[in-house]
Amino acid sequence: MKNIIIFLFIFFSCFLFSQEVLLIISDKPNDDGSALLISWDTSQIVSSKITIDREIANGEFISITNSEELTGTFEDGSNINPGIKYEYRLTAFDNNGEIIQIYRTSGESSVQWFNKKKISLLIFAILITISIVYYIFSARSGKDLYIRKISGLESMDESVGRATEMGRPILFIPGTLDLDDMQTIAGLTILRRLAQKAAEYDAKLIVPVCRSMVLSTAKEIVKEAYMKAGRPDAYDPDSVFYLTDDQFGYVAGVDGIIVREKPAANFFLGAFYAESLILAETGFSSGAIQTAGTAMPSQLPFFVVACDYTLIGEELFAASAYLSKDPHQLGSLKGQDFGKAIFIVVLMIGIILEISGIHFLKDFLTLH
Amino acid sequence: MKRKIPLLITFTVGIILIISEFIPHKPFGQLSGELEIWFLIISGFAILLGQLSLFKVNILKIKYKQRDWQFYTITLISFIIMVTLGFLWGTGKSAGMLGHGEAISSMLGYKPFDYLFHNIYQHLQATMFSLLAFFIASAAYRAFIGRTVESNLLLASAVLVMLGNTTLGSLLTGWLPESLNFLHLPKVSEFIMTFPTTAGQRAIMIGAGLGIIGSSLRIILGIERSYLGGE
Repeated sequence: MKNIIIFLFIFFSCFLFSQEVLLIISDKPNDDGSALLISWDTSQIVSSKITIDREIANGEFISITNSEELTGTFEDGSNINPGIKYEYRLTAFDNNGEIIQIYRTSGESSVQWFNKKKISLLIFAILITISIVYYIFSARSGKDLYIRKISGLESMDESVGRATEMGRPILFIPGTLDLDDMQTIAGLTILRRLAQKAAEYDAKLIVPVCRSMVLSTAKEIVKEAYMKAGRPDAYDPDSVFYLTDDQFGYVAGVDGIIVREKPAANFFLGAFYAESLILAETGFSSGAIQTAGTAMPSQLPFFVVACDYTLIGEELFAASAYLSKDPHQLGSLKGQDFGKAIFIVVLMIGIILEISGIHFLKDFLTLH
Repeated sequence: MKRKIPLLITFTVGIILIISEFIPHKPFGQLSGELEIWFLIISGFAILLGQLSLFKVNILKIKYKQRDWQFYTITLISFIIMVTLGFLWGTGKSAGMLGHGEAISSMLGYKPFDYLFHNIYQHLQATMFSLLAFFIASAAYRAFIGRTVESNLLLASAVLVMLGNTTLGSLLTGWLPESLNFLHLPKVSEFIMTFPTTAGQRAIMIGAGLGIIGSSLRIILGIERSYLGGE
């Protein structure tokens, strides 16, 4: 027994006091096993520089990183596969560039099934989804839902009527981003209602687009709208056309159309950048009744100033549901409002906790 | 079937993508990136549709001598010239059908396509962008006319922010003692931009974010079908 205790004492003493360099290879958490975290501590030997290499074949190493810091962490994400043991070598140098010590260790990465950092996001996503689904079913059961009036959408009939009376066209711009942006899709859903109204009133519709994918979708939407209105003969396939992918080239083209055609009503609904004010001001100078909508906060002031009606952020996404008057869709809007209430409560609690010096909620909600 | 298959694809892909946001394990972790590549491939093919549309619309306007048909001729000629030059000698480091065109490049200083890009296209772009300055002035004039309480508040904030960003602003309040430093115009401007403006913008972004979630759910669940051309 005594011998065993002596052996263990010597063993642990050697382990604890002989290790001058600390090199730890650990798995990067919450990832697909494609990275390892390398942490080093050479404060005991006071090195002036360290290099870390990884073994790629028998005895052959490639440089991973180097540092003049005594302690640090580096993420190695180059050609790392889960379940494979990787051998690392730390070389510590003194001020003269002489090697003080070489230390080797190994580690392997593993793949995770759930990203724990996103748990707060999952909770909120579930809560909002449940509320939206709940209100959709409530609406289906015949429950009366109050949705506030959105002036920009109420004015659509007025704009189309004005264009018809004046014998001038309606201009619709679905933003300058592609179909992978939700704002473009929201704009296109409004286009469908607008095209149907234009078909009913026999007003000319012009839809210049700056993305080829949007072109094919917009064409299909306008065609279907004319068919639904019972006016397939009035559909002009060239009313939806492509100008250019270039931002300012597109603006020049649309401005030219506004100046030459003098549309009676302009609709700017989608994602916009610096072109927003150029388009809206040109439209204003032509005397058109203008409705704009975007979720780009930096462009909203320009639209508010230059347009008669502006759909701010969420109103753009609510437009399709609002115009359809379909209970299912209106129910989903109510669900969004519930989500907003959750956010307000969480924000209030967060403000109080942060002022009190408790950072739990902020840390919990921080994704990265 | 014409409606059901796209709806089924939308539902399946939508649900998988939502799940993949929380699962780093293969193949979920890579799905979003993979689908973005698919989108780029489809966009590449769709560009052809756009060019055809551009050609068709312009040719018809020229053919029927519609009003201002000359402008459409310029568009087509410019398009053909740029495409031809790009095909023949390439752009940047990419070679064209006739190679890099060293002789012509040494004469112009650039490849023919790049020469036109740098000397015409970029200037046209800058011209359009610079129009923004004039439009901001005309829009600001309308916005700042004090008619209501809100527009007066806007006017006051705008004047403070503008002054705070100029040397005049620093000069006007530079004499203030240290204890009244918070009234220094650059500080006031910074305060307006950092707190009320950012708070307003974030409120809009939270609303828009919820709107995107709602719209996405409507599309994924097949409640919203307008994008397919139907109800």
